[in-house]
Amino acid sequence: MIRPRLASYALAVAALVAPFAHAEEDGVVSGWKQLNMTEGVTAMSRDIYQLHMEIFWICVVIAVLVFAVMIYSLVKFRKSQGAVADVTQVHNTKVEIVWTIVPVIILVAMAVPAARTLVRIEDTTHSELTIKVTGFQWGWNYDYLDDGVSYFSHLDRASDAARDLGSGIDPNGVQHYLLNVDHPLVVPAGVKVRLLITGADVIHAWWVPAFGVKKDAIPGFVNEAWFKVDADKPGLYRGQCAELCGRDHGFMPIVVDVRSPEDFAAWLKQKAAAVKQAAAPAPTPQAAPASPATTAP
Amino acid sequence: MADAHVHDATHEDHEHKPHGWRRWVFATNHKDIGTMYLIFACTMFFVGGAMAMVIRLELFKPGMQFVDPQFFNSMTTMHALVMIFGAVMPAWTGLANWMIPMQLGAPDMALPRLNNFSFWILPFAFTLLLSSLFVPGGAPAGGWTMYPPLVLQNGASFPMLIFAVHMMGASSILGAINVVVTIMNLRAPGMTLLRMPLFVWTWLITAYLLIAVMPVLAGAVTMLLTDHFFGTTFFTAAGGGDPVMFQHIFWFFGHPEVYILILPAFGIVSEIIPTFSRKPLFGYEAMVYAVASIAFLSFIVWAHHMFTVGMPLAGQLFFMLSTMLIAVPTGVKVFNWTATMWKGSLTFEPPMLFALAFLFLFSIGGFSGLMLAIVPADYQYQDTYFVVAHFHYVLVPGAIFGIMAGVYYWLPKWAGKMYDLKLATWHFWLSTIFVNVLFFPQHFLGLAGMPRRIPDYAVQFTDWNMVSSIGGFGFGLAQLLFPYIVWKCVRAGTPIGNKAWEGAHGLEWELSSPPPYHSWTTPPSDALIARGATH
Repeated sequence: MIRPRLASYALAVAALVAPFAHAEEDGVVSGWKQLNMTEGVTAMSRDIYQLHMEIFWICVVIAVLVFAVMIYSLVKFRKSQGAVADVTQVHNTKVEIVWTIVPVIILVAMAVPAARTLVRIEDTTHSELTIKVTGFQWGWNYDYLDDGVSYFSHLDRASDAARDLGSGIDPNGVQHYLLNVDHPLVVPAGVKVRLLITGADVIHAWWVPAFGVKKDAIPGFVNEAWFKVDADKPGLYRGQCAELCGRDHGFMPIVVDVRSPEDFAAWLKQKAAAVKQAAAPAPTPQAAPASPATTAP
Repeated sequence: MADAHVHDATHEDHEHKPHGWRRWVFATNHKDIGTMYLIFACTMFFVGGAMAMVIRLELFKPGMQFVDPQFFNSMTTMHALVMIFGAVMPAWTGLANWMIPMQLGAPDMALPRLNNFSFWILPFAFTLLLSSLFVPGGAPAGGWTMYPPLVLQNGASFPMLIFAVHMMGASSILGAINVVVTIMNLRAPGMTLLRMPLFVWTWLITAYLLIAVMPVLAGAVTMLLTDHFFGTTFFTAAGGGDPVMFQHIFWFFGHPEVYILILPAFGIVSEIIPTFSRKPLFGYEAMVYAVASIAFLSFIVWAHHMFTVGMPLAGQLFFMLSTMLIAVPTGVKVFNWTATMWKGSLTFEPPMLFALAFLFLFSIGGFSGLMLAIVPADYQYQDTYFVVAHFHYVLVPGAIFGIMAGVYYWLPKWAGKMYDLKLATWHFWLSTIFVNVLFFPQHFLGLAGMPRRIPDYAVQFTDWNMVSSIGGFGFGLAQLLFPYIVWKCVRAGTPIGNKAWEGAHGLEWELSSPPPYHSWTTPPSDALIARGATH
């Protein structure tokens, strides 16, 4: 038997804590723990993450060393503690050469792995599937060029309603607020997918952090990008437009539905068939319309 | 003191100085013009700051509570334009006007009437820009970077933006010419280039950068204007043009521009740290060469703002390497400032406090800059709050704290009075604490995936946005202390002598406080220059 008073206390506490304690959903760590880049689900995103962490730690080490010397100086050489300035200490050629050469060496050490990763990212050859992505104000169009399947992807209704000024709807109550769409991009896992990215009106940018892919969508030009999601990581991955594109720049997210190759093939086949049916020639004018919706029950 | 010949300030007044509004509208005196620039810059700082408060208010919680997304975009756009062109650049020009002649032993700037014109363009430019808030379509909302085609979707505000930018640019170019001519021609005999204070050196180099790149910006925005109104297609693929070409031209201006925003701060910190360490600057020549190297390198890194546009591999590699290289001369400067303090005799008055905060926090901004230079990683950072965190660290605890350090350092000289040191120390601590609360969490937000220039965000970004907004409100409120401290000093500060600070060196400290309306009408002797020598 639930004691009513205890239940209502629990509810009150939950209501107070709820805005700050976002539950973990779909592997998305929320709130205070969101501190770092994602490792992602592709070999490239992991490469990028490694690079990021390497550079980060090098910077931390250098910062700790340099700040330690600064803080030591601030403490040890205070006039209030009796320090007397050594006004002759204005040059030290040896030290100056060292602190010019050593940073160059560190930079070269950083640049080599970075260049290697960049060369790999720029290699769009040997892809098995090509999809055209068009950014427009304010959503995306996905076009499977070889199969004639094309559709638009917009911010989902629930988010769209909640984001209106003074809507009164709590974003915390909306599933994947601002990161959900009506028609996700569907792709197969374990397959190198090449994207041809362009813009319809102004410059947008297609970005999915979990893939480590970001590329500008520029009107009149076609950019290439590729990703290959690990074969064992099907699922939904979310991203956002990453180039200011007008009023609803923050409201045109990206969702990629990564499926097994078999599921993907089935989905594509079904979509292509639906397109063929929709494009079927209309009945001749004398025949009655075939659509059941027009006949009264 | 035989060759000082300092005229009594009041004696000067009646004979030469115009009174009332004419003194200011027709000003040709570098001190008056400097004062006008600084008051203008302070006003614009609060205007831009108010816009930042609107931004942080909307971003306090997810969901849209206060403003329309279009207005939010206008706020981010105008905040940047006002802060860069209305606050930081005029503040540096104001400090240049006040200090360069006094530090060189010159009676005034070389071109006093051009100086007047350079200043008076600005109130008109900003009236034009700010009134765009009230025209159909509202203020420009395509970002301060004005990328086409988006910028061409602005309504009536578009031509206002372009002409305001032209006016601000003209003001900067003419001011820069004045600085170069003054430094090259009006130095007192015996004041060789390598005897000049670092502030003058950094302004000399900044002036060359301005002359080189402001015309490029003018060209870029003129092409936007003709694309919109006169049927050209510089940035439209359909007409054979390229939106990305705008980005190249803009950032060819834009990258040297950010060095224009920071180099004078390097100069000021290079004077303040030696003063309050009671020790000459470590490695004076190295510091000069470092600034010159940074300025040169700033011309060949521009595309690091554009790594995701679809640039060929060779281009991305070149710009990654050239960008990383800037860390070397910058590092040399940080090491030299630290070495200046080493074996010094330190005290911590407000100018020194701001200079030290600059040293630590600008370095943090520098590290995030180095991370951004790594192209593959940049694919995850670009257009996120990680970039916003980076540039605010170098611009706020960088440029803005540099300006405040300069004002707190030289205000006693200008006013002839010492300000309330305790209140200024409060201003320092509140600013330093809140600036970190405001901007440090933005590193997390960017890494976690929050894009920039968005008025609303997914709920996992709530907590750090809340912290950042609280930091913003605290930082903004703390700044109200600054004009109050200055005003209180001018009205009722404690009178002081020539040398406001025990360890200060330089020709400006050989003059009275306040200096005569026309100082160094007789150039300083070599002995005076030697005594004022900073190294």
